[in-house]
Amino acid sequence: MRPSIPNSDGERMPVEYLDDHPAEATRVRPDRGGETPLLRVDNLSVTFSHHGSKPVFAVDEVSFDVQAGEHVGLVGESGSGKSVTSLAVMGLLPTRGVQVQGSVNFDGRELIGLETSQLRDLRGAEMAMVFQDPMTSLNPVINIERQLTEVLLRHREISKNDARTEAVDLLNKVGIPDPARRVSEYPHQLSGGMRQRVLIAIALACRPRLLIADEPTTALDVTIQAQILELLKELVTTTGTALVMITHDLGIVAGLCDRVHVMYSGRIVESSERRTLFADPRHPYTGGLMASIPRLDQRRGEPLTPIPGSPTDTLPWSQGCAFAPRCPHAQGDCRMETPRLEPLGNRALRCFHPLPPTQTKPRGSS
Amino acid sequence: MTEPLLQIRGLKVHFPIKKGILLDRQVGAVKAVDGVDLDVAKGQTVGLVGESGCGKSTLGRAVLRLTDITEGQVIFDGEDLAQLKGEALRKKRRSMQMVFQDPMASLNPRQSVETILTEPLRAHGIQYDRKNRVQELLKLVGLPGSAANRYPHEFSGGQRQRIGIARAVALEPDLVIADEPVSALDVSIQAQVLNLLEELQERLGLTYLVIAHDLAVVRHVSDQVAVMYLGSIVEQASSDELYAKPLHPYTISLMSAVPVPDPEVEDRRERILLSGDLPSPANPPPGCRFHTRCPYRQEIRCHDERPALRLIEPGHTAACHYAEEILSGAIRPRQADETFAAGPSR
Ligand SMILES: Nc1ncnc2c1ncn2[C@@H]1O[C@H](COP(=O)(O)OP(=O)(O)OP(=O)(O)O)[C@@H](O)[C@H]1O
Ligand SMILES: Nc1ncnc2c1ncn2[C@@H]1O[C@H](COP(=O)(O)OP(=O)(O)OP(=O)(O)O)[C@@H](O)[C@H]1O
Ligand code: SF4
Ligand SMILES: [Mg+2]
Ligand SMILES: [Mg+2]
Repeated sequence: MRPSIPNSDGERMPVEYLDDHPAEATRVRPDRGGETPLLRVDNLSVTFSHHGSKPVFAVDEVSFDVQAGEHVGLVGESGSGKSVTSLAVMGLLPTRGVQVQGSVNFDGRELIGLETSQLRDLRGAEMAMVFQDPMTSLNPVINIERQLTEVLLRHREISKNDARTEAVDLLNKVGIPDPARRVSEYPHQLSGGMRQRVLIAIALACRPRLLIADEPTTALDVTIQAQILELLKELVTTTGTALVMITHDLGIVAGLCDRVHVMYSGRIVESSERRTLFADPRHPYTGGLMASIPRLDQRRGEPLTPIPGSPTDTLPWSQGCAFAPRCPHAQGDCRMETPRLEPLGNRALRCFHPLPPTQTKPRGSS
Repeated sequence: MTEPLLQIRGLKVHFPIKKGILLDRQVGAVKAVDGVDLDVAKGQTVGLVGESGCGKSTLGRAVLRLTDITEGQVIFDGEDLAQLKGEALRKKRRSMQMVFQDPMASLNPRQSVETILTEPLRAHGIQYDRKNRVQELLKLVGLPGSAANRYPHEFSGGQRQRIGIARAVALEPDLVIADEPVSALDVSIQAQVLNLLEELQERLGLTYLVIAHDLAVVRHVSDQVAVMYLGSIVEQASSDELYAKPLHPYTISLMSAVPVPDPEVEDRRERILLSGDLPSPANPPPGCRFHTRCPYRQEIRCHDERPALRLIEPGHTAACHYAEEILSGAIRPRQADETFAAGPSR
């Protein structure tokens, strides 16, 4: 079947890719073995220190790779450091009161410490980002056409006229009906779902090699979310763009990501290929999350096992395991020593007393 | 079947849209709730699910008479609330309480927990032993006794929701309407609050109307589920029946859109993508309100005749002209590709 993307009217249209190199665009996701990753985040730490208040270790020793064309998920609850990680990768953190340590290597280039102007050249062209709230990331007083053409003109050798034609074309490709008319509208004239489509069009305008999507559907209704996820998935798959999907929703990750990193209190606590992660979670936090979420395919009355306490009940990582105060498996050592992220088969795990391997089928799948 | 505690009949809540410098000209109405029938049986939980703006909160508020009723009846314990006024209404209200989505916004930040919990008792002139009652309530919702002298901001989101629930049950109501009780909470603590609600139901014999946009949450807590779209109920059945056999095209699409945290399930699923956005309740489509987005839409009846909520199977109602044909498989959803072939050219 030819690749096609659904537009907002649910119609499918053939994808002609986001620019005019169809031959290249049909490349599929590459083998992972031994290749150098497109993005390598190594030991990334971000600390906020505003004077008068204690420093916040928002992101702590975070390492992960993204291969070209791969879909990677970052999941965790509010405040676990997902957004700060993505902002650090994109070089979008404020410079004052923030310390960034470690390395972010994109296609062989170190981004930490890179000049702002060089970062700006990369952003939009090579890597792009889609945020949760399209209203704050779109400029409210500039029409859609200008927001799109600005990106094209900045990163591509292209005439103003061609940029305008391409802007309409892009809107068409992200499934906005009547794009020739819509292109002259302002953000507030569009629905939430439409604005998110525009944001995706802007992000993918120059066909970046990496797209970071930070809770792109959290503000949307579930039927609109399904439209947007389908669109994103098809666009990144057909263009071979690598995707980092940031979300608190394990369901979204289950359907979309090859590899998943679970964050808790600023650190990665478990990393795994998605099937392994869901069938056999080994970190008590990952397992706890899965046991506490009601599932649509679960019978009424099947009990939920909540994680005790709240995400604010953490131990500083410097003293032990941050999850220890809420962890049913915690023992003395968990509060005295800091667990390291250790490889375990095909996964990585930060826990002294991991859950036993799951024998039975996961709940709800009967 | 037990006697319904709450019977809603033909309920309409329309908000006038006003224009003019003095806002004195009515130019239309937002039909937030537009003809709803719903029964809530004593001791049961009815879940009301639907997307943003479909009128769930307005329905809940209308039942408590927190908003004016345009038309219809709300029969609670044998009496039509829509007709009650003043003291009689106030008395009835005592047995109906609400739990809100945002625990921070619904608690007065300047009141101590003790004051928050005893205020409803005072307002209804009920005699109580202050210290004992507060301790009792705190224990009931799993908060430490020391919480009494603290203020809302000193608590986490989940704990604040517990305070909100304690306040709602302070008057020993019969009916609790919980409007999005967990959607503002972190995923890891939603289950705590859901379990608490179930526990309290058992202990206090409460009847619940739970309003939520999350179908998985609603399925988990509800005996009966009512699905709402653009001001009216399009399907109602028991929780398990609705999941096993959704009949209304909107329910079918909604279910197919909810992500399930299980790759095995996700990879097998067939998604039915809905077209377009939700129409405005100020200008709802004629005929079936869902026909503009419906993947099962037929040429006849859908666009000009509004389907009534009918009994299709025992205990299972749906408001679709073609529910039987959808159930039997005689009508299949239009594949998105077919829509493309038949739809406007590009
Ligand atoms: N500018 C800032 N100054 C101080 N602390 C900050 C700043 N930005 C973020 N933080 C803190 O860093 C931590 C991680 O925040 P982050 O926004 O990355 O969380 P998140 O995982 O994206 O959560 P959410 O799901 O709520 O978006 C939080 O404790 C947050 O309060
Ligand atoms: N006081 C009001 N005046 C005018 N319109 C209103 C008023 N309250 C609600 N509405 C409108 O009525 C419709 C239904 O709103 P309601 O809050 O009941 O929806 P909901 O299903 O609870 O949505 P959500 O999931 O976003 O909470 C919306 O279009 C809303 O804008
Ligand atoms: S009545 Fe028609 S348009 Fe409405 S849900 Fe049924 S098939 Fe769809
Ligand atoms: Mg975030
Ligand atoms: Mg509401």
